[in-house]
Amino acid sequence: MSTSTTSAPPGTEDPPPARAAPRRRGDRTPARTGWRRALRRDWQLYSLAILPLLFFLVFRYLPMIGNVIAFRRFEPGGSIFGEEWVGLRYVRMFLSDPTFWQVFRNTLWIGGLTLLFCFPIPIVLALLLNEVRRRSLKRFVQSVSYLPHFLSIVIVAGITLQMLASDGPVNHVLGWFGHEPIRFIQEPEWFRTIYVGSEIWQTAGWGTILYLAALTTIDEDLYEAARIDGANRWQQIWHVTLPGIRPTMVTLLILNIGTFMAVGFEKVLLLYNPLTYPTADVISTYVYRAGVESNSFSYAAAIGLFEAIIGLVLITTANQLSRRTVGTSLW
Amino acid sequence: MVKPSRSYRVFQGVNGVVLTLVVLVTLYPFVNILARSFSGERQIRAGEVTLLPKGFNLTTYEIVFQDAMFWRNYGNTVLYTVVATAVAMVLTTCYAYVLSKKHLKGRGVLVGIAVFTMFFTGGLIPNYILVTSLGLKNSVWAIALPNAISVFNLLVMKAFFENLPTELEEAAQIDGLSTYGILLRIVLPLSKAVVATMVLFYSVSFWNSWFSAFLYLDRTDLMPVTVYLRNLIQGATGGGNAGAGTEQLSQVGANIQSVTIVLTALPILCVYPFVQRYFVSGVMLGAVKG
Repeated sequence: MSTSTTSAPPGTEDPPPARAAPRRRGDRTPARTGWRRALRRDWQLYSLAILPLLFFLVFRYLPMIGNVIAFRRFEPGGSIFGEEWVGLRYVRMFLSDPTFWQVFRNTLWIGGLTLLFCFPIPIVLALLLNEVRRRSLKRFVQSVSYLPHFLSIVIVAGITLQMLASDGPVNHVLGWFGHEPIRFIQEPEWFRTIYVGSEIWQTAGWGTILYLAALTTIDEDLYEAARIDGANRWQQIWHVTLPGIRPTMVTLLILNIGTFMAVGFEKVLLLYNPLTYPTADVISTYVYRAGVESNSFSYAAAIGLFEAIIGLVLITTANQLSRRTVGTSLW
Repeated sequence: MVKPSRSYRVFQGVNGVVLTLVVLVTLYPFVNILARSFSGERQIRAGEVTLLPKGFNLTTYEIVFQDAMFWRNYGNTVLYTVVATAVAMVLTTCYAYVLSKKHLKGRGVLVGIAVFTMFFTGGLIPNYILVTSLGLKNSVWAIALPNAISVFNLLVMKAFFENLPTELEEAAQIDGLSTYGILLRIVLPLSKAVVATMVLFYSVSFWNSWFSAFLYLDRTDLMPVTVYLRNLIQGATGGGNAGAGTEQLSQVGANIQSVTIVLTALPILCVYPFVQRYFVSGVMLGAVKG
């Protein structure tokens, strides 16, 4: 990949494969080392892990356990694990809540559209970039297209709102065609387009990095062989390039499916308003309002837990499916 | 290479046009916002501002520069970024070093503890309750501690440490250096590249973050500048119009958002050209191993 070959920090590329491993394996005792021995030998290493483990325990695993308040009555200021069991009361409550089903549908819509557009566009862009012969030009396009990735989501939302303002460029262009200005931000039917559009603007360029890296690893001989067999450019892309980047595609697809339900919560929170709730309100924003703003902590936690479990199921299923069908998987 | 066919030359032409469009669509919003920030109210309202400022006007910049809260919040952003990045670097480096030791008993479990949190998290509400009941609200720790380790960064660093030659460490061990000494005096000096990359990863993400601050900080004077901007674009505040006269107010109303966006994005845009390559190489290293 062009941007990294010239100037990457030393050591981040071409890792000498497993130079350390065989040596270690050689001097390890054949039987499994006992814990007592391991502790005696490596206690200093283990001690370095204490603070990080404390972090994971307190700020990652404790909140997971904290989800029990979905099944318990919770009182602000009381125990973080709630006061008493109430069974599935809150689950039944949200299942019979029409707003929940609305935000559920909205989540599927926005998640689905994001997947549909934001997953393939970086692939196409990477393939196009890969065909650019002038390296300086290629690098320039890359640098420019990565830029939005580095901006705060607040700035991206601000820019989006400015572009769509009644005196902004989009309405300006509509004016050329004699169209009345559209109040994009207030109209529910525009929200999904706006959300997905700004998501593409922010992520498409950065998303090409891994594909471009994968493209450079494809053996040039394969193209040569394909040409000798009489394949034209399209056939070469179809039979050589795409299979070459398939593992990357599958991995990113699995990851995308895993975050499907967690649609860009912060971006929605910044772009929506009560007028656009009918299409814009998603599970996570509803959880936020129900919990943090209305103090219905148990109710909100029940919905949040539901979302997290769906996410976990989705990514596990996608991973299993891909391991069986194409042999690529995350774990 | 064989002589390119005619259809391939056509494709190259189309490709050039498409990529030019990509560049234009990416850059246009920035240029437009910049132009608006320097333009006069009438020209903005009429939708005349495109690439260049029209009716050059600096009133809003002056007003924002005089707004003490804006600078205070900017200072908060710097403070939070420095503290949170420092905490994150210490924790991430320690854990990554431990995880990079292939002979370590229980290493798989330690890796698993971290990786599992990539796929399942406690969620907003339990986190909120936890941070609140730990009494972290309205302090920098509410921002620094809950995000102290990014598992992605951890895996990048672990991969880097794994690829360091072991001979030096072994020699140092024989010379009687403790594990801490080895990490501080041998490993870290060899890892300047990855440390720099990680500092960049963390500081950009803390600099850009807003939601933790929005959630856990109640007072305006504690907010980072991202929340200042958020309140502005949500119309929750009028921005720095404290000292503005009536005729200034309409000018400020027309482009205070553009001005604040420019001022907030400026530091990132300035360092971007120099740090971009570190991000790219860091991400690729993470992808190879993660």
